[in-house]
Amino acid sequence: MELILFLITAAVAIAGAVAMLISRNAVHSALFLLLNFGAIAVLFLLLRAPFLFAIQLTVYAGAIMVLFLFVVMLLGAEKVEDAPDRIAWQQPLALLLGLALLIVSVVVGLGSATTPPPDGEELIKFSDPRSLGELLFTDYLLPFEITGFILLIAVIGVVVLSQRGRKI
Amino acid sequence: MDWLTILIIVIQCFVITLAVTTAFAYLTLFERRLLARLQNRVGPNRAGPGGFLQPAADAVKLFFKEDIVPALADKPVYLLAPALAVIPALIIWAVIPFGCLNLNWDYQACYDPDRSNLWNILQITDLNIGILYVLAVTSIGVYGITLAGWASNNKYSMLGGIRSSAQLISYELALGCAILSVVMTYGTFSMHEIVSQQRGWLWGIIPQLLGFVIYMIAATAEVVRAPFDLVEAEQELTGGYNTEYGSMKFALFFMAEYIKLIAISALAVIFFFGGWHFPGLDILGREVTALAGPVVGSIVFGIVSLGAFLLKVTIFLFISVWVRASWPRLRYDRLMDLGWKWLLPLGLLNLVYTTVVIVLIPDRVVHSWILFGLGALTLAIAIGINRVPKPVDNVTFVNDIQLPSSQG
Repeated sequence: MELILFLITAAVAIAGAVAMLISRNAVHSALFLLLNFGAIAVLFLLLRAPFLFAIQLTVYAGAIMVLFLFVVMLLGAEKVEDAPDRIAWQQPLALLLGLALLIVSVVVGLGSATTPPPDGEELIKFSDPRSLGELLFTDYLLPFEITGFILLIAVIGVVVLSQRGRKI
Repeated sequence: MDWLTILIIVIQCFVITLAVTTAFAYLTLFERRLLARLQNRVGPNRAGPGGFLQPAADAVKLFFKEDIVPALADKPVYLLAPALAVIPALIIWAVIPFGCLNLNWDYQACYDPDRSNLWNILQITDLNIGILYVLAVTSIGVYGITLAGWASNNKYSMLGGIRSSAQLISYELALGCAILSVVMTYGTFSMHEIVSQQRGWLWGIIPQLLGFVIYMIAATAEVVRAPFDLVEAEQELTGGYNTEYGSMKFALFFMAEYIKLIAISALAVIFFFGGWHFPGLDILGREVTALAGPVVGSIVFGIVSLGAFLLKVTIFLFISVWVRASWPRLRYDRLMDLGWKWLLPLGLLNLVYTTVVIVLIPDRVVHSWILFGLGALTLAIAIGINRVPKPVDNVTFVNDIQLPSSQG
């Protein structure tokens, strides 16, 4: 049962990603990426991580993609331009880097596959938002603080950029 | 999980979907009749006794209208948009507790924090991340409207779609802040637990008065309802994002909007007005159990709690129609001002209040009333600042305008 669900979801995720790349219309691309995000959210659910499922939907599908779509619609940039691609050298590089990432993740994944997933009491604790929060504020405090600092820089950057050229 | 459990879940889903769509149909009638009364009209009263069959007549009319797809529309997205609008509105009901009818025949288990003996038939599932689920689903709801606006290939629809995405993104933050402070107050993401902690008379509105006000304003904007319905301002946009939609596709948008309205009313009841509680409910459960045994006791408890919940939701729907009849539509810049400069800071302030007060004063009753006082004070100050009158020399009075003819 779980395997069948996994195969279907994984197929949908890959199909969404591929369709996103080859689609000629930017809004269609955005929608296929949304499908991909949805499939990945279901994969989180299959991994017994409902918190990540909700976060994936809220942050990626609900906020980031809406902003993408908003910008594409606002600029009317949904059609592919006919002018020659000026950054064409990026394509083979991206393919190469993607392949390298895939190999690394397969190697790491096969290496760590021996640890059994938690179950029973351990699993309930694992999927609980409370224990996630506790981990963030104890073991992973430094990365957490650094992330907060980076986000603060982004906020300040937005304020500075939006004030540029305005007389006070 | 045996097949009986799965069968029960399937039946629950069917019943709730049908109940919600029926509620939508009769909400339209309720709204039209009530609006008419508030505006000193009669309203639709011809189809059946008191207009009771009007929703059925509307449905038949919508089904038999011609189904048009504009020639220049982006057809797949155009057809997908109504579905994307309705699905979030329907699946949000999966976590909402309508009442507490325990099929293990023990009404006490409804209050028990350890939910091992609870099999509540009036809630499809009690996720431990129920509130995050609600936030995730509402954040996806924006796609239906935005894509409808884009795919119709029509300037009016496009403007309506862009307005809606801007509005929904802005108000989602304030809504999230208000809901998060409720989560902090009760220390859980589970809907059932939030309701069961509001046992007795200490409902969520007392610690979260400020949160309630922010929630109501932001949620009304989130379901693009008057006075925040700029998305479909007919004077400016003819019909907004659904200008090019007709027949059942239009009806689906209409349905999504009203079902979401019912859903936010239900959530307001759950977060701030005790869900299915009312004072004396546990006494009723105890007495009926003593009188007629645990089976009858929990059935009576369940039905009465369901009735209390539905009554509270109806009161909220009444208020929503009342607001629609009384308030003019906001101007767009005022809408953005309210969302970003008032609701979001107030929401963050409320988060700070909630955290600090609850950590400093662990006693439930005391910290609830302190939060109530802080919230009322903050609201009074905010309304006071917001209502600074315009300086008199900035105002142009109508009788000051010099008309050319009056000169001479």
